[in-house]
Order: sequence, then C-alpha cells, then structure tokens
Amino acid sequence: MLIPCPVCGMRDAGEYHYRGDATAERPPLAEEAAEPWVRYVYERQNPRGEHLEFWQHVHGCRQFLVVRRNTETHEVFEARLVGPFGQGE
Amino acid sequence: MAEYSALRVITEGLRGNRGWKPAWRKAEPKPRYDVIVVGGGGHGLATAYYLAKNHGLRHVAVVEAGPIGLGNVGRNTTIVRSNYLLPENHDFYEWSLKLWEGLSHELNYNVMFSQRGVLNLAHSPEQMDVAAERGNAMRLAGIDADLIGRDEVAQLCPGIDLSEEARFPVAGGLIQRRAGTARHDAVAWGYAHAADRLGVDIIENAPVTDFITEGGTITGVVTPRGEIRADKVGVAVAGMTSEVMRMAGVEGLPIESHVLQAFVSEPVKPLVHCVVTYGAGHMYVSQSDKGGLVFGGSLDFYNSYARRGNLANVHDTVSELLAIFPNVARIKLLRSWGGIMDMSMDGSPIITPGPLPGLYLNCGWCYGGFKATPASGWCFAHTIARDEPHALNAGFTLSRFAEGRHIDEAGTGAVPGLH
Repeated sequence: MLIPCPVCGMRDAGEYHYRGDATAERPPLAEEAAEPWVRYVYERQNPRGEHLEFWQHVHGCRQFLVVRRNTETHEVFEARLVGPFGQGE
Repeated sequence: MAEYSALRVITEGLRGNRGWKPAWRKAEPKPRYDVIVVGGGGHGLATAYYLAKNHGLRHVAVVEAGPIGLGNVGRNTTIVRSNYLLPENHDFYEWSLKLWEGLSHELNYNVMFSQRGVLNLAHSPEQMDVAAERGNAMRLAGIDADLIGRDEVAQLCPGIDLSEEARFPVAGGLIQRRAGTARHDAVAWGYAHAADRLGVDIIENAPVTDFITEGGTITGVVTPRGEIRADKVGVAVAGMTSEVMRMAGVEGLPIESHVLQAFVSEPVKPLVHCVVTYGAGHMYVSQSDKGGLVFGGSLDFYNSYARRGNLANVHDTVSELLAIFPNVARIKLLRSWGGIMDMSMDGSPIITPGPLPGLYLNCGWCYGGFKATPASGWCFAHTIARDEPHALNAGFTLSRFAEGRHIDEAGTGAVPGLH
C-alpha cells in the first residue's frame, strides 16, 4: 500500500503510523454531557468502502495526514495535511 | 450406533462406502423459524447447536453468506486456551476450555483437540513477574498455570533459542498445559453436522441483504433466497458486524474491522511441541499434525475489510518467529492469508440481547474468537432463548462502554487495533 504524502511524495505505508478514524469528532472541551464523549471515544461507523482516517508519517516528515482510502480494496484516493495547511490554495 | 465410529468405518468399508450421508443437508429456507442465526461461522453454528440441544428449539436456521467454513473459523491459527487475567474472562474462557475437552464426543465429530500446552515466553525478570501475576490470578480462579524456568522451557521445546546471544534471551515462561490446538475446519463441520442432526436448517449462499422490521421489532431477514421470518434474530458475523447491523438501522457500534494475517510453512519434522508465544513482540506459533508451522502476529493496524494484508507485516511476523526459532530461517512459507477481526474498544466480546427488540448481538472477538467458539455458542443460545444473558456473559454488554465497565485485558484503552 502506497500513501502520497503531500510533503515527501509517494511512500510505502510501512513509513506511516495509523492513527484511526478521522470522522470521529471531539466535542468541545466545555461539553459536560457524557453522551457526546461516549460517541467520540467508542462509537465508529467502520464502513466497508471509503473511509477517512489519520496517518502520521513517522518515518518521514512526521506530519499528520488525513487519508481517504477504500477499506475493502486498500485503494488510496488522496492524502492531505491536517489543519489549515491541508485546506488547499 | 453413533453415525461416526470406528465400527462404522469398518462396516461401511465392507459395503463399499455407500451408506454415508452428507454431514449436513443442503437446507432450503422455510418461510418461518423460531430463531434465525445470521452467520454460519463457528459461533453461529455453535449457537444453533446449543439452541437445539440445550433449549429444545426445533425450528432454527443458520443463514450464511457463502459456504460453511470459509470465514474466520477456517482462517485462524487454531489455538485454544483460557489464560486470561480478568474475572469476566476467566470464567467464560475456562467454561469454553471445558467444553473443548468433551467436544469431539459431544458432536460425534473428531475436532482433533490436542492439549499440547500453550507456553508464553518471558524475556526479562520483569516479564516473569507479570507472568507470575497472571498465573496466580488464573490459579485463584481454578485454572491451571505453571511458571517455568529456562531449563523446563528447554525440555518442553528444545528448538527454542535459549542462548544468551538471542536478541531477547528467554528467562522462562508461563504454561497452561490444558490449552492447545484444534482442527479448525472440523469445528465448523462438527457443529454444522451436530446441529443439522438436531433439525437445524443450515442455509448456505444466502447473504442477508436487509432485515424485516415490524413496529420497531426485527421479525426476519431478506436474502437472495427469499424472505425468512422468525421470532428472534441473532447476529454473529465477526468482522462484518458493522455492515450487517447497519442494515438493521444500528450505527456506531464500538467495533472496528481490521485484517489479521496468518501463515503456514512447508511441513518439517516435529520441532514445536507446544504452542509458543513470543514475549518480546507479538507472535504465536504451533506445528500442525501435518508438520507445517502455523503462526501469526499482529494486525496490519489499519481498518480493513480485505482478507489480505501488506508485506511489512509479513516481514515483522517472520522476524519474530526467527528470533526464537532461528533454525527455521531456510524453510519456505507455503501460504499466507488474512481474516477480518471485529476489534472491540476494550478487547473483550459483546454477547447481548438487543440493541433492537427481536435482535441479539454477538461480536467483538478481536483475535480470540476461535477458542471461544463453544462457550460463545452456549452463552449466545442462552441469551436468545431466555431473553437474558447467561451468568458467564453477563459482563459482555454493549452498554459497558458508556457505563465505564470495560473489560480491558491489555489495559490499552479505547484503541481497537491495540487489543
């Protein structure tokens, strides 16, 4: 499996560390109800097909990426940096 | 006379083997059953068997997407053990091991359960302490465990590199002598056979494409072979749990599907006499009766529904095997394959009524589903038939995550890939 790092270019998945589902959204820190936190920490859609996920390029630029990948075929569609630098031009 | 016996083999041999019947019928779906079990893997077949055997239900169907035995029940590394640390897991897995001990007779089908022992190696004094803690916890729960030193490791399994030159020299280990391996295909076939003879319909090549819901209650399933209705529907589909439950309208389960690879080498003479696990990494190996080394390691560590993994993990797992058995460096790998694990958020399973009326859920087996097959079927059948969990699976709820009642053997927290 190859992942196109926006900084380093196309690299083997072995250079990256998987950091899990990128669609789970953390509630605001002021959130006091348990339910949104339970949803964030424990509940996953776990789709068979397209999936947004975090990967860190630990053996490269060490940047965190959001990767769109197919969980059934392992096809990687795109990878972008997390945060403001990943928003494009 | 039992359907399968030595005497039967002889008499059939004299009669030209014309009297054998198929081990299970190719059942046609009926319009209605008492219980439908979705998933014809080890757990689903065991559930159907115990529904018929322990609870007297005569109208039970198992619907399976493909043929019997091609899922995880035929893809694991066949290890059976009950060397757990936490109380909920002690009782459940020990009951499973006790069922394994009588399983061939119970099913009248030889599952080739071999109590050759499972040896967890420890590579430092600190790991020996951790092994002692686990062993003591097991013994307090009435489960056998022995802490052994390097000399006894040498006697048990002379092939292990016990030299000081090893990358992580072996200090000793914890052995559960009643643990071992079983012939995984025979477990699927045996449960299918025994369930069939109690009247269970095993409906193959019938993937569930939808659930039938009436007034919020699940009342059946839709398959390409027609609609099938039932009073109760149990789901035991391992790595496909999230996708199947989505059809019933249940989203956001505490499950991620990950690919786990396994390997078998070409056959060699007896070398690995018990199941050996590597303590300085994560690798487990046993030798099949045919002589192949059957081994596996960690997940590939990313969500996956592909029954194949990447080469990096092959390299890691083989390196770990060579760290304790350097003498197998030049034998060839015959095959590698992958299975899809239903990794739960605390590493422990879920066997529960719900989450919808008429629906029952069995999932979250992580790496450890094979050894659990008999007890999982036993407890899931009880849960379905009585509408309440058995004492052995009372802790395996779906609500435990929100309640903070995790059963986290490894203590790694809510990162499914790490369990």
